[in-house]
Amino acid sequence: MKAMSQDWLLTDQPASRRQARLGQAWRTWLALRANRLAMVGLGIVVLLVLVALFAPLLAPYDPLRGGDLRTERLLAPSWAHWMGTDDQARDILSRIIHGSRLTLLVVALVAVIATPIGLAVGTTAGYFGGWVDVVLMRITDIFLAFPRLILALAFVAALGPGIENAIIAIAITSWPPYARLARAETLTIREADHINAIRLQGASSLRILWGHVTPLCLSSVIVRVTLDMAGIILTAAGLGFLGLGAQPPQPEWGAMIASGRRFIIDFWWVATMPGIAIFVVSLGFNLLGDGLRDVLDPKGVK
Amino acid sequence: MAGTVPVQREGRFGALPAWLWKAVKLVLTVAVTFLGLLLVTFLIGRVVPVDPVLAVVGDRASQSVYDRAFIELGLDKPIYEQFWIYLQKILSGDLGTSFLTKKPIIEDIARVFPATLELATVAILIGTLVGVPVGVMSAVKQGSLFDQVVRVVGLIGYSAPIFWLGLLGLLVFYAQLGWVSGPGRIDIAYEYSVTQVTGLLLIDTAMQGQWDAFLNVVSHIMLPATLLGYYSMAYISRMTRSFMLTELAQEYVVTARVKGVAEWRIIWVHALRNAAVPLVTVIALSYAGLLEGSVLTETVFAWPGLGVYLTNSLQNADMSAVLGGTLVIGVIFVGLNLLSDLLYTLLDPRVRRRT
Repeated sequence: MKAMSQDWLLTDQPASRRQARLGQAWRTWLALRANRLAMVGLGIVVLLVLVALFAPLLAPYDPLRGGDLRTERLLAPSWAHWMGTDDQARDILSRIIHGSRLTLLVVALVAVIATPIGLAVGTTAGYFGGWVDVVLMRITDIFLAFPRLILALAFVAALGPGIENAIIAIAITSWPPYARLARAETLTIREADHINAIRLQGASSLRILWGHVTPLCLSSVIVRVTLDMAGIILTAAGLGFLGLGAQPPQPEWGAMIASGRRFIIDFWWVATMPGIAIFVVSLGFNLLGDGLRDVLDPKGVK
Repeated sequence: MAGTVPVQREGRFGALPAWLWKAVKLVLTVAVTFLGLLLVTFLIGRVVPVDPVLAVVGDRASQSVYDRAFIELGLDKPIYEQFWIYLQKILSGDLGTSFLTKKPIIEDIARVFPATLELATVAILIGTLVGVPVGVMSAVKQGSLFDQVVRVVGLIGYSAPIFWLGLLGLLVFYAQLGWVSGPGRIDIAYEYSVTQVTGLLLIDTAMQGQWDAFLNVVSHIMLPATLLGYYSMAYISRMTRSFMLTELAQEYVVTARVKGVAEWRIIWVHALRNAAVPLVTVIALSYAGLLEGSVLTETVFAWPGLGVYLTNSLQNADMSAVLGGTLVIGVIFVGLNLLSDLLYTLLDPRVRRRT
């Protein structure tokens, strides 16, 4: 049975579009599976998603309400509290588990906001060329002219601190590289024969852009977004650390490090544990992104 | 990156020599980018939900005070006129007055900037001096254990939050081992004995022959600079590796080998010299990237530079100081990008001929 479905997937004469697509996806997966580090990355990301989904079931304590302030503050890691407790007598492990939801939320929303903007700007600029291209790419360059964290800082400073505003700020600063990438891809795609054929059939520009150019840009942009996710997590954590991201008592990892910073010398675990979580998760995204790039984007192979 | 517009339409303005046309184009590109930077900071400052009048007069001001401030700030004028006024002010070097320090922002930034410059420069020196040889070695021994270790060390650099590593660094090397001095640029004991000439304490103390103060500054800068340098090292070594791999596969390397040139000479003289051209741009870019890392690093190490100035202003809702700092960083960033483009053109004869 298994061999049969393999054959069906890997056939070089697919009978339907769906079969061809599934076959392609299966080949990608096989190539990815051969990359051990990428699989470690994928494992970490899947784990993050699972932990975020089942946070209330997994967390042994309440993430926001602490225990007895007289006896349970700043306890060192032990069997009862695997990662110790913080200055509000809250269990750090439970906070990290619940914090994974915030991390995932940031990453997902930034990707959902920034990717379409980047794709739309990039494909439009690349397809139409001329002054449209010049104007759009100038705007893109201006956004690229600020270091990302600095621009996000300025935006959050203006919008006011909070996780929603942090997400908006990071998304606003994330799209320019995607736009550049999509433009570069579009420039090569737009002269392709099949695009000319569609144009001759009288398809509108919008239809060509949306239905035929964008899908072809998608895979390289997705690889880029995956590679960027570690950076998004680090930027969000940085904003949280500076007190501009999620506000207390929310268990955002960067903010947790900031609150543990005051007593790092005596109670090292309060700031160290959330840092390990950030590190592991962004490492996971980096490994997965590297693997995906090798599989999906032959040009990017080093 | 600003200024990378290749000139394909040579001789479009027949009378203009190609280099002049190129220069005009470059100046225009840079001007438009700067204008864009100003527009972004202007819009962040004006169109945001925060009422700029309330930020100046406070929310307990009477209606008449509010109205006066409203007009003084020029908010009754149309938005493009406001932008024009903003533009004129900035171009005359007026970034506004800080509401926290009560001083012109440009003076504040000039005062704190040397600290950031010193930190970033020491960091980029560390990053380059370690990153380039490491990158070369891992290209030569591609796939070896050394190469793998370098890759993993680099990956850790890409994945760990810099402020967290900074805190751990303080915990281990300052609190536990006592190898380095703690937060700040210099011990309080020396603070007034050193006359600030350049603002770069390493140079100031050395010039005045105060060697114990110099050593104190070194022990303060070691940890934050190494940390920042580590991040640029990760980038520089990876890029060096890939440039060297390209060079080592070239035919001139084979020719040199056939002629019997020593292997070390082929690697460190022939190949590295060619890889150095793109490397210069990489180093310039990572120097610019350090500006970003310095905001968080300075906060952790209480380093009184631009980053700490920015975060202090942020925490006190001093919007004009935040935007002033953002603008200055943006301008430096664009400047370094431009510099790296120019260096590339200058150093690579192939690019020079083509454009």
